[in-house]
Amino acid sequence: MELTGLTIHELQGLLRRREVTAKQVLMAFLKRIAQVEGKIQAYMAVTGLEALRMASRLDRRRHAGEDAGPLAGIPLAIKDVICTQDVPTTCSSRILDGFIPPYDATVMRRLNQAGMVLLGKTNMDEFAMGSSTENSGYKVTRNPWDLDRVPGGSSGGSAAAVAADLCTAALGSDTGGSIRQPAAFCGIVGVKPTYGRVSRYGLVAFASSLDQIGPMTKDVRDAAILLGVIAGHDTCDSTSVNVPVPDYVAQLGREVTGLRIGIPKEYFIEGMDPEVETAIRAAINVLESLGAKAESISLPHTEYAVATYYLVATAEASSNLARYDAVKYGFRAREAKDLLSMYMKSRQNGFGAEVKRRIMLGTYALSAGYYDAYYLKALKVRTLIRKDFEDTFKRCEVILTPTAPTPAFRLGEKTADPLTMYLSDIFTISANLAGIPGVCLPCGFTRAGLPIGLQLLGKPFDEATLLQVAFAYEQATEWHRRKPPL
Amino acid sequence: MKITRREVEHVARLARLGLADEEMERMRAQLDAILTYIDKLNQLDTREIKPTSHVIPMTNVLREDVVSPSLSQDQALANAPDRHEAFFRVPRILEA
Repeated sequence: MELTGLTIHELQGLLRRREVTAKQVLMAFLKRIAQVEGKIQAYMAVTGLEALRMASRLDRRRHAGEDAGPLAGIPLAIKDVICTQDVPTTCSSRILDGFIPPYDATVMRRLNQAGMVLLGKTNMDEFAMGSSTENSGYKVTRNPWDLDRVPGGSSGGSAAAVAADLCTAALGSDTGGSIRQPAAFCGIVGVKPTYGRVSRYGLVAFASSLDQIGPMTKDVRDAAILLGVIAGHDTCDSTSVNVPVPDYVAQLGREVTGLRIGIPKEYFIEGMDPEVETAIRAAINVLESLGAKAESISLPHTEYAVATYYLVATAEASSNLARYDAVKYGFRAREAKDLLSMYMKSRQNGFGAEVKRRIMLGTYALSAGYYDAYYLKALKVRTLIRKDFEDTFKRCEVILTPTAPTPAFRLGEKTADPLTMYLSDIFTISANLAGIPGVCLPCGFTRAGLPIGLQLLGKPFDEATLLQVAFAYEQATEWHRRKPPL
Repeated sequence: MKITRREVEHVARLARLGLADEEMERMRAQLDAILTYIDKLNQLDTREIKPTSHVIPMTNVLREDVVSPSLSQDQALANAPDRHEAFFRVPRILEA
């Protein structure tokens, strides 16, 4: 088995028993990147030299008998929306070209303490706004299973890197499905934690009441390992919640017998790909055969989620992105003669089309005369969507749905019409509005060989049960072992 | 029509976002389509519903006022597109 194809827990074993060194692992990845990255374009930047220094340092520490941490020598890729000290962080936006953060995000501090090796920063939709990674201001990332298709988005670079064995695991961020949908399109595992579970300190803000950082991995055990490292209270993020972080790995093996799984009828809609529906129905049967009880439920406000999201998220984004003023950091248009035209020109030339659209929509929804009709209305519908979940979780522990209505679509297929692109997030958006956790994992392939993703949604701060159900399903199936033909 | 070209120009100014002439009509048409879709929220009667701006109870988070390390002046200025000594430099903001 190639080192690059292994999971975190498999590599941990080899490294701990000193059957391989961190440097050997890293060299295998750098070789793989040299061979495959040209086809995939998952990375914004590969930080090979610094990674080499890190790996050598870890090898010396381990050689000296020190405990170098639970992730010692594990090469990870980080979405380029997460600040990495002294390593450029662009959010795949031209407006942040050359920006070098003077500090590490809290998740980076935690990963560094755990001994990980930073392999590089991954491509994404600009400022995490998009569902295909085609909105990157720099490059187009391709789906490892079919190079003519999108990897999903906005964490498409991270998803493609994990699926193509260009890293062992990755971090993404999820505001409306940006971890789960690309995980589904690329056939990997993705976790969107409960809002407040993982610190957002150092995560470049898109929509502050929705954003969460989460793991993207080759299997469920890896997701449990990585979530355990990054989760927890942080005084640098006033929205991070002080609740205990359980030992996710220790709880994976629990039986699912008697567990109640809700199947929302609103998630099996007109226009859904029949192969996706078949795969999801088969997955429900697998979990029932393991002793779980599936029951039909209703989330009646599901059809309003996309409209609600595109007001709440854009309103918050228009405010958050006001910071790109070409003064403290980032791109400045040179031709401006006065302050106002410096703002206008720098933002005109620095932002891409989708980001401009969302700033405009959000500014409009918050502007005098429209606030009540749009923004306040959306906040009220958000209450209804949240209540749907609260009511449902009195009757079941977990909700099971498809992650996306279709498998990965073709490059360019949805770029002409923004609304069509927005509707591809229809099954993932509600979880962000309600703040609840979600896990996506592979549950089959289409006849054309494209991965299909299953989504599990859970009660706030109950990631452990989601991972437990995901693990039980994974143990009973083989989908996660398939590799793309590269 | 949900949104006029005049409104698009007004909102762009509020957002400090320059838009080229040819961008303006495309933006108007796209916003119009999105706002028409968003109208479906009006099917719901929300008069008695309280808004949710955050899913977790938000309270002020206070801490002791103690001195801790912060960025040096050079670090804080390192990413500036233009600087002069210890300052961010910008185009003239007052009329001469």
